[in-house]
Amino acid sequence: MRERRLVPRVALVLGLAFLYGPILSMIVFSFNNSRLVTVWDAAHSPTLKWYGALLHNEQILGAAWLSIRIAVIAASVAVVLGTLAGTALARLGAFRGRLLLAGMVTAPIVMPEVITGLSLLLMFVALGQLIGWPKGVGALTITLAHITFCMAYVTVVVQSRLAGFDESLEEAAMDLGARPARVFFRITLPLILPAIVSGWLLAFTLSWDDLVITQFVAGPGSSTLPMVIFSKVRFGVTPDVNALATIMVLLVATGVAISTVWMRYRERRRARDLQLAAAANL
Amino acid sequence: MTAAGDPDSAYVRMANLTKKFGDFTAVDAVSLDIRRGEIFCLLGGSGSGKTTLLRMLAGFERPSGGAIHIDGEDMSAIPPYERPVNMMFQSYALFPHMSVERNIAFGLEQEGLQRAEIRRQVGDILDIVKMGGFGSRKPHQLSGGQRQRVALARALVKRPKLLLLDEPLAALDRKLREHTQFELISIQQRLGVTCIVVTHDQEEAMTLGTRLGVMNHGRIAQVGTPSDIYESPVTRFVADFIGSVNMFEGRVSEDGAECVRIRSEELGCTVRAERSVHCVGGSTVWTAIRPEKINISRHRPLAASAQRADAAENVVRGTVREIAYMGDMSIYLVQLDSGRMMRVTLPNITRGTERGFAREESVWLSWHGSSPVVLTE
Repeated sequence: MRERRLVPRVALVLGLAFLYGPILSMIVFSFNNSRLVTVWDAAHSPTLKWYGALLHNEQILGAAWLSIRIAVIAASVAVVLGTLAGTALARLGAFRGRLLLAGMVTAPIVMPEVITGLSLLLMFVALGQLIGWPKGVGALTITLAHITFCMAYVTVVVQSRLAGFDESLEEAAMDLGARPARVFFRITLPLILPAIVSGWLLAFTLSWDDLVITQFVAGPGSSTLPMVIFSKVRFGVTPDVNALATIMVLLVATGVAISTVWMRYRERRRARDLQLAAAANL
Repeated sequence: MTAAGDPDSAYVRMANLTKKFGDFTAVDAVSLDIRRGEIFCLLGGSGSGKTTLLRMLAGFERPSGGAIHIDGEDMSAIPPYERPVNMMFQSYALFPHMSVERNIAFGLEQEGLQRAEIRRQVGDILDIVKMGGFGSRKPHQLSGGQRQRVALARALVKRPKLLLLDEPLAALDRKLREHTQFELISIQQRLGVTCIVVTHDQEEAMTLGTRLGVMNHGRIAQVGTPSDIYESPVTRFVADFIGSVNMFEGRVSEDGAECVRIRSEELGCTVRAERSVHCVGGSTVWTAIRPEKINISRHRPLAASAQRADAAENVVRGTVREIAYMGDMSIYLVQLDSGRMMRVTLPNITRGTERGFAREESVWLSWHGSSPVVLTE
């Protein structure tokens, strides 16, 4: 009996260590006073000096600001396009080209990033020569590239949400006199809002940390945060990168914690409502 | 198109209505007139086409052929959101993100009514369905019966010319269903709305409907009042579909003016049926006898004993094989001398068991000449 309980415990500890050990060591070393990343300066640590240094690092701040702007725009545009594509796939029935759309819209998910990046670059260059737009590569082309692959994820999320809910809700709205556009905005959209929000967050995260595709379509002066971190690390890890990464982990962890608490709250409220309804039935 | 005579008798008119999905014909040239203010029940098994018919009336499916007229108006080119038709969905389809009030107000908002007017009408209809005080609840905070009322109110508040109900009581438990049935009828009568109900439940159809239409393979097999359908089915399908029935194949041996005689080997006796349908002597027909219209006795019935045994009419011998006690009545499965089983039901009029028959007891079954229904198809 003891051994049986021992095995899952060991597995738990090992699993957690495997997943979070590296992150933990990164966080610890972000408070290290030494310039050498792997040497712990016990005499002067912990210190916040690398966090202070970050605030004065124009390159990192600029890259972070650019990444945020690109991620917000790319996620927002991708949500609109992805919602339209997902709705078309889930609701319009059989239309000409449906199979092609269904197959191709998700291609960026399975396509190797190198290929997506390369083909986007070739297209931007060809377009620039043909119609003079976009002018060179830079923030605009990065944003366009991010929209492309983010949209694929949003489409999948929205489509699966739509497939999961009763189509008769939309028919009922139409039956009650609402025209198709109004049905979409008053019924469909509110009901798939959770999927749209999670699609936006997913798209934001994907855009925020994409490196490979971005490398292809970025130009001089348009370095995103992952690109800056990557170029710094190539010449050896510096402690300010640790500090930067720690801040990012903290932000993500806070977001996850808030959404978990909110979901718990909603679930509990729902369970209470169901009890109320059951009681009314008696 | 003008309906001959009384316009109310063809308030809703379906003419040669057909719907094909590829090679499959879901609804096959259905022509049907619905009277103003009646509850018409479409009864059929799954795949009989009844739901497709309903969806064509609502406008969700475009007919492959034929026409629908409501109050004299052709519906062919009219989209669902402009039809004077409202539907109560089987799943109720209440909008989960809106309160009860908002759900009911939704239809009125589409008409562009004043806010105060909408509030008044919503309040009125909530009172009618006895859901006043629940207006601010969300659908998931309601019980099944309450949701059903809200769905009904939402469809009724639009004052439709035609109300469609798709399996309106299927989601309710048995006790609640009976109660709701009568309430539904009283609300319908109060508002005078014309209703078409789709159901697979014959009990529901019989209690709700002023008339029934039995559907099979996309066609209307028979239209009539509940008692027409039950007592005088016109096909074997209808006789078998509604209630339970004992059906025996036979041959017409004598085709008289008042009665017809049918010799049935399966049954082992001659059936004499009054008020026969038109049938040719010598042709193959089926006789259908309802289980509750058969007498069961220990001794040979007097009227029959005057006849010679081989010329026995409407009387047959058998052995009780199974007895099912249902409380209000008992079902006896009697094996005839020919080998076929016959189902007989007897009401348990008195307490105690003096009328009861024992298993393996030899009995006589007999019936009146008005009981058998002769079916030619």
